[in-house]
Amino acid sequence: MNIPGLPPIELAPGPQIRAVHDELHGDLLELSMGPHHPSTHGVFRMVVTLDGETVVKLKPVFGYLHRNHEKIAEATSYLASMPYTDRLDYLCSMTNNWAYALAVERLSGQAVPERAEYVRVILAELTRLLNHTCLAGFLLQDGGASGTPLMYAFREREKILDLFESLSGSRMMCNYQRFGGCRADPSPDWLAAASTLAEGYGRFLDEYEALLTGNEILMARTQGIGRLSPKLAVSAGVTGPMLRATGVGYDVRKVDGYGVYPRFPFRVPVGAHGDVYDRYMVRILEMRESIGILRQALRDIPAGPILDPKSKQRGLRPKAGEVYSRIEGPKGEIGFFLISDGGPNPYRYRVRPPSLVNLTILEDMCLGQSIADSVVILGSVDIVLGEVDR
Amino acid sequence: MLGIGLLQGLAVTARNFLGSFHDPKRFVTVQYPEERTRLPEAYRNFPFLVSESAEDPMGTLRCVACQICEKECPPQCIYIEKSRDKKPDAGGRPQIYPAVFDIDIAVCMSCQICVEVCPFDAIKMDQVFELAATDRFGGLVLDRHALAKPNSYFQQVHPAEAADVDERLAAARRAAEEKARAAAAAKLAPPRPAPAPKPPAAQSAEAQKPSPPAA
Repeated sequence: MNIPGLPPIELAPGPQIRAVHDELHGDLLELSMGPHHPSTHGVFRMVVTLDGETVVKLKPVFGYLHRNHEKIAEATSYLASMPYTDRLDYLCSMTNNWAYALAVERLSGQAVPERAEYVRVILAELTRLLNHTCLAGFLLQDGGASGTPLMYAFREREKILDLFESLSGSRMMCNYQRFGGCRADPSPDWLAAASTLAEGYGRFLDEYEALLTGNEILMARTQGIGRLSPKLAVSAGVTGPMLRATGVGYDVRKVDGYGVYPRFPFRVPVGAHGDVYDRYMVRILEMRESIGILRQALRDIPAGPILDPKSKQRGLRPKAGEVYSRIEGPKGEIGFFLISDGGPNPYRYRVRPPSLVNLTILEDMCLGQSIADSVVILGSVDIVLGEVDR
Repeated sequence: MLGIGLLQGLAVTARNFLGSFHDPKRFVTVQYPEERTRLPEAYRNFPFLVSESAEDPMGTLRCVACQICEKECPPQCIYIEKSRDKKPDAGGRPQIYPAVFDIDIAVCMSCQICVEVCPFDAIKMDQVFELAATDRFGGLVLDRHALAKPNSYFQQVHPAEAADVDERLAAARRAAEEKARAAAAAKLAPPRPAPAPKPPAAQSAEAQKPSPPAA
């Protein structure tokens, strides 16, 4: 299966199906993991065919958490969809808000004040810290390290959530971004608290890495597991840390340069092997870069309005047209595709969820691995079912 | 050497475990029902209706049943019926009031859009979060009597925002009074070709515009 103009695609070896009653080897076992399984990060089901402990076939089944998000958005006003975007990837509501606000701003031609752009960058990087910290904790939890790494991660996450709560009024369902800016102006106290957090986060990462990065059990469980080739990753549309772990340095913050990101020098960490350990490492390094971006943004944030005075929230009727806008969410490229027919509701509203696209190659990564490793591989994909099923 | 990483990790957990014995700041958990953290001022969960006085909440609701929040509410959890008669509002003008104002807080998703779109500062976000009810329908569908809370309560939960709102409303009231006085003066004075005083009217319209709530 090759596409003209693209390098040939390497497919993982297909399932080796044996005769059902093979007296020497025994039967294949079809196992349904989920939808209520503690390792599947929500209501997600993997139908795994096992030869002994080896995965020979894996079928991801999702849709249990489908909430009709896109259709609801097509029946309501542009503003009314904003709180629903919080509920896509409920760990990263700030970046979801931003991606949606960006789409509507481009569709209706609204400008964003500079202070709001800085605040958006600060919040997006805080979200990245929050998401990657949680992911590391969940990954270790999936690997069997019950409690300690996850609790340390949640201890730090709580500090970021406190910042979100004092700014937006809610810990997770922030509903903070608006078309043409943000809803509330961060006070000097808030910015000082964010600076303190950014300064202290490096110390936490050092502690966390001392706990995990050199840990022999973690290395044995993750190195060489769930390899993904760069070619397959690119052709499947995988984005975010998953793609960068395979060695492809693709980051929408660099490629598109949306917002005020071009003003901040930062590096894009890439992996070399594309295995679970690289995915973990890329996220840790990304967090360190995020701290650098936070420092610069908090230092340079200008005074001024947070919401454009000419911005319009209610009764928005953009000119007929379509727009696709994307940002680099913590999980990958999150995009919103909107078509307007000039009415008060979008004619078509489509989310490009990074979790769903990254999940499509789960089988390719799991074939030939043991069933216990498939849990770790799923953990390293970093899915949130709210976004996969929408 | 194999095992160094493990020992390093153990040192980290040991530091965290032993550290909590001599440094109380390391205790990050709060024993909830006995201990409570202070909620940030911006915290929101469900809306309430602001009334001017605590004694007569139904008579002094700021809500004029314009139904903008009902229209804009994303999950459509607000139900309003307009009154047939009019009651004098805080400024003394006769106004329509909500005969029925229900919010189904089982449906409400605490997004604050009703607060943002309200031009009359009549609906604000509450901070009460201990709302367990034994009855799904009676306990979680709040009518206007359950939703009404006095302005003094609003000043208590969101002091900065309430001060802002009070100032804005006071300015609007002053402008309206001035306008009424000017109109009365114009009636008393002999008819002149001079135009009616416009600026106070414009100012009052300005003051009535919705503005983004403070953090």
